[in-house]
Amino acid sequence: MVEFFILMKNELVVIAIIFFLLFVKIGKSISNDRLLPIIQLTLLLNFVFSIFFNKEGDISGNMFQNTPLFVFEKSILNLAVYIISLLCSGWLRKTQNLAEFFILLLSALLGMFLMISSGNLLMFYLSLELATIPVAAMANFDLERRRSSEGAMKLILSSAFSSGILLFGISLIYGASGSIGFTELSQRISGASSLEILAFVFFFTGLAFKLSIVPFHLWTADVYEGSPIATTSFLSVVSKGAVAFIMLTILYKVFHPLQEVWYNMLVALSVITMIIGNLFAIRQQNIKRFLAFSSIAQVGFILAGMSSGDKAGITATVYFILIYLFSNLAAFGVADVIANRCGKENIDDYKGLYGTNTFLSWMLTLALFSLAGIPPTAGFFGKLFLITAAASKGSYWFITVAALNMVISLYYYLRIVGAIFMGKNENPIAKIKISSPVMFGFLLCGAGIIFTGFINWIYDYILSLTL
Amino acid sequence: MNLFLLIEIPLLTAVLVLLCRNKDQVKWVSLAGSVAQLVLSFILLFAFRQESAIGNKAQMFFEQSFSLFAALNINFHVGVDGISVAMTLLTSFVLLSGVLVSWNIDKMTKEFYFLLFLLALGAYGFFISLDLFVLFFFLEVSVIPKYLLIAIWGSGKKEYAANKLALMLMGGSALILVGILGLYFVSDHSFDLLTISKIKIGIDSQRIIFPLLFVGFGVFTALFPFHTWVPDGHSSAPTAGSMFLAGISMKLGGYGCLRVATYLLPEGAKEYSTFIIVLSAIGILYGAFATMMQKDLKYINAYSSVSHVGFTLLGIGMLTTTAITGSMMQMVSHGLMTALFFAVIGMIYDRTHTRMVNEMGGLMKVLPFITTALFIVGLCSLGLPGLSGFVAEMTVFVGSWQHDDMFHRVATVMATMSIVVTAVYILRAIAATVMGPIKNENFSHLKDATWNERIAAIILIAGIVAIGIAPGWLNDLLSPGAEIIMNRIGAIQ
Repeated sequence: MVEFFILMKNELVVIAIIFFLLFVKIGKSISNDRLLPIIQLTLLLNFVFSIFFNKEGDISGNMFQNTPLFVFEKSILNLAVYIISLLCSGWLRKTQNLAEFFILLLSALLGMFLMISSGNLLMFYLSLELATIPVAAMANFDLERRRSSEGAMKLILSSAFSSGILLFGISLIYGASGSIGFTELSQRISGASSLEILAFVFFFTGLAFKLSIVPFHLWTADVYEGSPIATTSFLSVVSKGAVAFIMLTILYKVFHPLQEVWYNMLVALSVITMIIGNLFAIRQQNIKRFLAFSSIAQVGFILAGMSSGDKAGITATVYFILIYLFSNLAAFGVADVIANRCGKENIDDYKGLYGTNTFLSWMLTLALFSLAGIPPTAGFFGKLFLITAAASKGSYWFITVAALNMVISLYYYLRIVGAIFMGKNENPIAKIKISSPVMFGFLLCGAGIIFTGFINWIYDYILSLTL
Repeated sequence: MNLFLLIEIPLLTAVLVLLCRNKDQVKWVSLAGSVAQLVLSFILLFAFRQESAIGNKAQMFFEQSFSLFAALNINFHVGVDGISVAMTLLTSFVLLSGVLVSWNIDKMTKEFYFLLFLLALGAYGFFISLDLFVLFFFLEVSVIPKYLLIAIWGSGKKEYAANKLALMLMGGSALILVGILGLYFVSDHSFDLLTISKIKIGIDSQRIIFPLLFVGFGVFTALFPFHTWVPDGHSSAPTAGSMFLAGISMKLGGYGCLRVATYLLPEGAKEYSTFIIVLSAIGILYGAFATMMQKDLKYINAYSSVSHVGFTLLGIGMLTTTAITGSMMQMVSHGLMTALFFAVIGMIYDRTHTRMVNEMGGLMKVLPFITTALFIVGLCSLGLPGLSGFVAEMTVFVGSWQHDDMFHRVATVMATMSIVVTAVYILRAIAATVMGPIKNENFSHLKDATWNERIAAIILIAGIVAIGIAPGWLNDLLSPGAEIIMNRIGAIQ
């Protein structure tokens, strides 16, 4: 019993917060100004909590597994949710249904926690659904805006579609190997039969939808644009991170015998994802759509790192997502503060931002440089380690394409930086006063962007977890 | 001598600049930082000479190393040889005079100096690091400040120029990245320059990696046909920005071509030397002829930089000890010379508000100090003995002439011809600017250089003259490094 509590401690805390919120909703209502700090505090506690009492083990007949690496991945996601709750607190305070929003968000987070820890395809599928369906409701949270409903509709339809494909893949896997447990599957998959490959392709396609890998990315931009920024940042960081983490387990552990198949697949998908994401990002005018395509391109880099198939690949991926969290959340945070204050979301509106909002400008610049992989920001190290991992197979053309894509991406990131610093605007965004929780969130992101790369034990620590 | 100080002082200065409260504080902190850095570079020079004098035979002096990412075998490994010492000295000269020249900058002063020191930080780190990962890190650190310097404080079509520069340089560094990763895997997971130099790398790998690295660094140093960012970038940048771009940034490329590409991949260098010579000879001549057509002083110097920097690449391509020493000399000489040239152009522009040669005239009468400096730098550019340009280019030619086959001779002669063209455009431009009657009434009561401008110019002139009159010390500094590289190439046959 003690083991149960220790292994599932993060999940249990999240469940406790959900129940707490439910009681709040049933009982006497608490104002948002008081509820939000409580939620933030418990999330922070859960993050701190995940540092202690870590144990490796499994419960419920191998349905739920926990390793230090999984705990680390969960704490990354938890940290991301904490930062979102800080950065978007302007919008969250104003929303009428704060409790519901967090019930949905935390349910999705719980789903992701369970998904990362799942040791069985059944468990994996259930938790994946738990992680997806609440997000669709969250996407619809800007109740007055039609685009929000449109985005939610697109998200739920594409999720349902991808779940169907995924489920088909799972049934084929069961048919081919006669098992759904991760450990047994890795032994029973031989890599010889074409049914296994077919099953894997369907299964991977289902996951590819969630990670918005090209050509399964078409829902991304519309959903990102329509949703409130709190949801968008959750989708782009937490959701993607969780799927990338489980993909590591699935590729490296379950489908290890098929490594040659998925290496080629990942390389091909990585190249087109990077290129398409980058080329579409160039033309975007809306900052949310822009960040949507830029995050598609980032997924291309993640796939490149993942393709290596060794420890360096796992480490680089987890490390990159940690850095990506800080960079992307900072960018979305700036977009949220501005959109929340004056409703402006177009890149043209950002012209001359430096004249009025120095801090926000530097924050956004730092975040974009980190996304572009420019030193001395942490993004440089993240990208470089991904490319180093990708290079371990010795394919020069692949890393050349990846490196050149970094240049293309720099072009559109510089477009925004240029607009901020040099753009002339007759009607610039007015000076915005930043409230203290938002400021704290920005400082966390800023510290993460500047220092993560130089704190070298983080990389070594992740590597030690992968053993 | 603790080499990390060379990185720490610019970093500290940059942070202090951010903490300053007003413009005066920013300026004085920057001045103090750059003076400290110059003093440190001289201390390094003397410490280095002392070590050599007592017979230290190590390849790299003052080596220090600590582990950054142990799992990937990345170490912060620093160390200097004579070439690095010369480069840090050059950087310090240009940094100090850049700070002084920008004394009156009013727009976002704090950010300007911050970026300037970030750029300097990148250059210092690049010149002293012996680990390819760290070297690449510093190379990229120096790219974005250039973009912002041009984009914010620049003039003319600055956004276009800044974008072009940033993208071309990042494209170059993408190639460098691929090359470095190639070396990393070929050498069984090492980023260390000295370790890789001891490993025998197969000719097939060298054939792939050498062009990647050489072209990548070549973009930084205006290798033809990747030179197109140079004229736009230089002419749009603010004065200190141009000084840094031409004086230091282009030298990063030359240094990388030599230290990384040629030194680590000697067989590749030998195989591709024909291409390097042809491209650099084209660059030299093309740059010189293109300068003839320019009317804008900044464009004149920008295109002439393409031509002058071509000698650096030519020297490397020739693969003789003398030629390589000469090419390194040319880097130092051109760095000082072009920085002074841009500084003087900036001073003239601040007063006359034009850079067009045909709109000026007779400036000698009103701006004696500035025009004298312009004269000196012009004479240095066209290779007058007694100034640094002559020494450097002469050494390259002598080194090139050591090859006795037709191809090398023809290339050398072609390159030499550019000197004539240089003389034509320099003398024409200076005559039009400085001599004759004052064309514009408004120019007749301009004020000559202020104290900060005088110091900036005098520092650089001192460097040029010191090399021109007594080139021996620079030669002693550079040639051991060149010899080590040549020994590796000589060992191939």
